[in-house]
Amino acid sequence: MNLDALLAFFVDPDLLERYGPRFIDGLLVTGKLVAISFTLGALLGLLLALARLSNNVLLQRLSAGYIYFFRGSPLLAQLFLLYYGLGSLKSFWQDVGMWWFFREAWYCTLLAFTLNTAAYQAEIFRGSLMAVAPGQYEAARALSLKRSTTFFKVILPQSLIVAIGPLGNELILMIKASAIASLVTIYDLMGVTKLAFSRSFDFQIYLWAAVLYLLIVEIVRRSLKHIEARLGRHLR
Amino acid sequence: MTAPLSLAAARPDTHPDPRKVVVSIDGLNKFYGDFHVLRDVDLKVREGERIVLCGPSGSGKSTLIRCINRLEIAEKGTLLVNDTDLALTTRQAAEVRSEIGMVFQHFNLFPHMSVLDNCTLAPMSVRGLSRKEAEERARFYLNKVGIESQAGKYPSQLSGGQQQRVAIARALCMKPKIMLFDEPTSALDPEMVAEVLDVLVKLADTGMTMLCVTHEMGFARQVAERVLFLDGGQIIEDAPPEAFFNNPQSDRAKGFLAQILH
Repeated sequence: MNLDALLAFFVDPDLLERYGPRFIDGLLVTGKLVAISFTLGALLGLLLALARLSNNVLLQRLSAGYIYFFRGSPLLAQLFLLYYGLGSLKSFWQDVGMWWFFREAWYCTLLAFTLNTAAYQAEIFRGSLMAVAPGQYEAARALSLKRSTTFFKVILPQSLIVAIGPLGNELILMIKASAIASLVTIYDLMGVTKLAFSRSFDFQIYLWAAVLYLLIVEIVRRSLKHIEARLGRHLR
Repeated sequence: MTAPLSLAAARPDTHPDPRKVVVSIDGLNKFYGDFHVLRDVDLKVREGERIVLCGPSGSGKSTLIRCINRLEIAEKGTLLVNDTDLALTTRQAAEVRSEIGMVFQHFNLFPHMSVLDNCTLAPMSVRGLSRKEAEERARFYLNKVGIESQAGKYPSQLSGGQQQRVAIARALCMKPKIMLFDEPTSALDPEMVAEVLDVLVKLADTGMTMLCVTHEMGFARQVAERVLFLDGGQIIEDAPPEAFFNNPQSDRAKGFLAQILH
């Protein structure tokens, strides 16, 4: 086997020409899916963490129950429950004017991913908020800082340094777990991979997918390193 | 029944102090669960008074000063600062509370902010100063505590003594009327104690009302008007430093002094 043949074994120019553009689209869909649901999940997760740490027993219980459910059941099951389960109540959603939302696989997937990652991120935020020394709250109180100033200027920046590592982990897990979106008709990276493979029966398609996932994760890893250095610049 | 025994050493009140009472504590009781930390504490602090609180660990001295700015909340008794009950949620109560500065044993600087930002945060967000005004004020007090040249550094880049001086400047930037110190030199290496005490002495010279929990007896002799000795949640002795050190009334104070003044 010469070099050209070897190359064609992994990157066949014909296949690349035929499916390359689709892969770019799939890559963008995966990126968008993860970026949106991870960001919304972070906001929801922070609220859940605050609810769990609050003095209000009802809020604590609700938040704990939410986290218990969404961490305890498979993401795939949650996605199907939303898309096929809630999606089957067509007339109800039409009545409340939400059918446009539950009709679309894209929205259902975004919702399922957001709800799922929020539960994990809530636990990350809770731990990182608890890691901030009690003396910091006392100093803020002694200076009569408002609760919002205390949280956003004093507590949150310090807790993010602790949270950034586990949050990065969660983001990477999300990127890979997002492949299950392909099971509800989304043409994300895995969706286009399955499509291309079902037409070409060439295993190298899966190799491309693996390399592209690796590429996203590598970009994320490098960005995280950068953010971590910035957040922790006072520690050097 | 015998009359209730007054544990505080009686001091003939020959000339009544004309200065205004700024902190007035009456029958204060505080519990941590079942532990009775403060028992019926009465205390009056007058404007400009410099008070040192000492006593064995667990005697309630830190708790007492933490009650004054409501870091701890007492279950029973009254505590008025400038005739205001700080438990109220009025604007005036918030204002009075913001005029009580506090310095902690472990500095509690905000580690992710520069020295300057540590000093400007509260004046800007609580007092509404512009950044320029707040920075001017911060530099003034950082200069007073001899640390202006480090304004751009992070707390972790400073020594313990320097950090504590920043903490003092940070509290002063709020222009407090009363300063509370909770063992300000206890976490410092011995060679850094002096630089912090120097700052406290200078502050005392400005007429600041100060309550300081400390075991630095030399400082107490030099600066304090009154030394309070606490044990078991009660003020056992309340006397000028000379009287307290040379002629302690209670056995517990005698024992305590014997232990720390080797």
